[in-house]
Amino acid sequence: MSKREHSLSISNPHPPQLNMQQKLSLTVTSIGLLLLLVAFLGIFSPETNFKPLLLPCLLSLSIGTLWYTYASYKNLPEGIKNNGNFFGSLTNRGVLGWVSGIIITGFYVLLYWYPQYLGLGKDGAANTGLVQMFDGLSMLLNGKAASQWFVYGTLYTVIILILGVKFLVKYKHNKYQQIRTLSVMFFQTAFAFLIPEFLEKMNTSGAGYFAKDMKNMWPLNYYFFEDWHLNNMLNGGSLGMFMLVLGILMILVISPTLTYFYGKRWYCSWVCGCGGLAETAGDSFRHLSDKSLRAWKIERILIYSILGFILLVTAMLLYTFFTGNSQVLFLNTYDLKKWYGFFIGAAFSGVIGVGFYPILGSRVWCRFGCPMAAILGLQQRFFSRFRITTNGAQCISCGNCSTYCEMGIDVRAYAQKGQDIVRASCVGCGVCSAVCPRGVLKLENGPVESRKIFDISEDGGIKINQ
Amino acid sequence: MHIAIIGNGITGTTCARFVRKFSNYKITLISGETDHFFSRTALMYIYMGHLGYKETKPYEDWFWAKNKINLKRAWVQHIDFDKKVLQFDKGEDLQYDKLVIACGSKPNKFGWKGQDLNGVQGLYAYQDLELLEKNTSKKINRAVIVGGGLIGIELAEMLHSRHIPVTFLVREPNYWSNVLPEGEAKMINRHIREHKFDLRLGVNLEEIIDDGTGHVKAVKIKETGEIINCELVGLTAGVSPNVAWLKETDLATNRGILVNLYQETNQKDVYAGGDCAEFSTPVAGRRSIEQVWYTGKMQGKVIAENICGRKTKYNPGHWFNSAKFLDIEYQTYGVVLPNLPNNQSRFYWEHESGKKCVDIVYETESRKFIGINTFGIRMKHEAFDGFLREERSIEYVLENLRAAAFDPEFYQQHEQEILDEFNKQTASNLQLKAKYGLRGFLSLFGKG
Repeated sequence: MSKREHSLSISNPHPPQLNMQQKLSLTVTSIGLLLLLVAFLGIFSPETNFKPLLLPCLLSLSIGTLWYTYASYKNLPEGIKNNGNFFGSLTNRGVLGWVSGIIITGFYVLLYWYPQYLGLGKDGAANTGLVQMFDGLSMLLNGKAASQWFVYGTLYTVIILILGVKFLVKYKHNKYQQIRTLSVMFFQTAFAFLIPEFLEKMNTSGAGYFAKDMKNMWPLNYYFFEDWHLNNMLNGGSLGMFMLVLGILMILVISPTLTYFYGKRWYCSWVCGCGGLAETAGDSFRHLSDKSLRAWKIERILIYSILGFILLVTAMLLYTFFTGNSQVLFLNTYDLKKWYGFFIGAAFSGVIGVGFYPILGSRVWCRFGCPMAAILGLQQRFFSRFRITTNGAQCISCGNCSTYCEMGIDVRAYAQKGQDIVRASCVGCGVCSAVCPRGVLKLENGPVESRKIFDISEDGGIKINQ
Repeated sequence: MHIAIIGNGITGTTCARFVRKFSNYKITLISGETDHFFSRTALMYIYMGHLGYKETKPYEDWFWAKNKINLKRAWVQHIDFDKKVLQFDKGEDLQYDKLVIACGSKPNKFGWKGQDLNGVQGLYAYQDLELLEKNTSKKINRAVIVGGGLIGIELAEMLHSRHIPVTFLVREPNYWSNVLPEGEAKMINRHIREHKFDLRLGVNLEEIIDDGTGHVKAVKIKETGEIINCELVGLTAGVSPNVAWLKETDLATNRGILVNLYQETNQKDVYAGGDCAEFSTPVAGRRSIEQVWYTGKMQGKVIAENICGRKTKYNPGHWFNSAKFLDIEYQTYGVVLPNLPNNQSRFYWEHESGKKCVDIVYETESRKFIGINTFGIRMKHEAFDGFLREERSIEYVLENLRAAAFDPEFYQQHEQEILDEFNKQTASNLQLKAKYGLRGFLSLFGKG
């Protein structure tokens, strides 16, 4: 991490000035968190029934946070609300930032590798603790006892919804931010959460599991082409066949077409669940992304290596699927996919991708890891109409655009030269344009007369070619 | 060839970058303020916690060595123009072949009683920000800001972000009304009050009162005699070229360092640009001292061209500028005076929210478009520069307003509403032109 020159302040520049409503609402939120902890500790008390805690827990989390949002913004005129971001303990890698980073990271470690500590019953045993708390809701939605993934999916959705509302209130002056955020909230709730659960419940034929989140396409869904998944879809009746055809259409037709017209933002900041969490829960950390040229180099090495990795794994999987042969030279299909699942699917996208929000910013996975973002990014860079245009010579190089770019793009480097911003990584969140005090940046996908692509050379530094 | 540049602000830095681009000359960029170039316009965001100091630096720290631009952290004490030697505060000397002076401005002080007390300050340099941190490190019950311009409202917003109550003394009848026409100025008055600042219009500072220890205790208002208790006074009544330190030399100065349109001073091989420079004969229609970001940038580039033997005149084109008043963005293209000459007329439209407006000035007889102020609506620089260059009529501008729109997607569009208002006021029947035209529309289906 780069050295940060700390606030100049001698005193605490942002004294806590909580009003009574903020204090009360934080109390309510804390009760919700405490109930989560109580249920978590319930693994030590297997007989206790924690199911009744779920409703009060989720309600106090939601009501408390929404109330806090209301209490914080109600008296403020509409506008950019970034005061104190570089002073806050949570938002500037202070005590709260580190502690929450460690807790979230720890949660992901338990989720992926030690679900029994979350209370998942092993080998058909009844759930305890946190997982058990979600059994009732799971029964209702999909007719089965909860799994750790159900717990995760529910919390994930609730967080996107609550903090999505917070984002909506924060950006109430900005229509683009509003519509985009409503979109990610909708796609998470309907497509990632409710529809798959309902489809699961309707699927009484006993066919094996296959992914039913229609928007979660390969290679973000890296097991789409695994043999068991292909077989389950093929044996999954008309729904299975639909998911298979749709999945392939998404990759080959739908996503390139949409990316051509709108850039990768149609997916990354309007539809995707990872993006949805980053844009809502991660909004307080967006300015922590590393803007250095070195970070950009690392980004390109990592993301395209991972893209290469998943392409190799997928090619091997398909080869194995059609030939039954799982060994090519020294490469074994099943070993490879296992390593991909462990290092990329779990460790990178989950543990580091979300756990490190308060340390590395909100889009670590999207920027450095996601092979889906890599593919869409290449499309965006080379044959999309999307670009961010700059407004003549109005830029004052203040740095707000670069700072609040969650993808770590040095937007200012382009804006101060009056160049269009055409970058593979840009997810089109539009926040650079929102925070610009001089009205310099505009996301555009209108007719391309002169979509000016400029390169910033690595070894020469930023080329002076104004 | 050794080029020494005094001042690492936007002018000095731009000059250094372009000298490097055009030549292999040795370059020394000198500043006593900071080690590296930073965006002065972003000082406010550091104080408000939107950015850290690091974020205000447009180039990473390795940039300078990579581009062979030597950085020197020192204040220049004296210049010997005959021997071509700079003398630094720490006693060292530096020999140069060509010199660029881009030493910026100083906050204005108009000889008020008490203006040098502790707790009284301006806001321009990085050191002013440090001083502000020091001055506000203890409890401030009230701060008074003197001067209703761009820095004044920035300082008010900064203090407000730290929950410090602000009284804002403005000499003019409305905020910045020596520059803004009445409609806009009143809109900003309302917005300032919406943010709960104590805005006092049409008042002057009589004196700043000492608490007996050399620290400010209160200010006195001239018109009413009212005493306002405060622990901090911000003097933001404009800035002036930083030339006092050069007055004893042979360098010709007036309010600023006198230069011609090639940015040359009266001394051989010495150039000046940016805030500190004053054109003996300014470009037609522009002021002799231009203290905005982009003119500094342009002048820095002009100096670099002239140093490198590409004789170039300063030619900034049509006036434009922008700013942000708390939450309301402002852009201006062309010239919109608060009081119009007899041959000009004004078309003013204000949105029902009271936070957006457009003010267009044109020649009454010829209908020629002269300039526009837009508040709360973003407009495209290229479009208006085109309207001005092509000397379009106000009717043409209004009919083609859609092509000039620059607000983000899904924003409410006001072009029709603006045109309707104009049609109503002038009993005309103008129609909006489509944004892209037929060719653009067809190209929606192809790749440009």
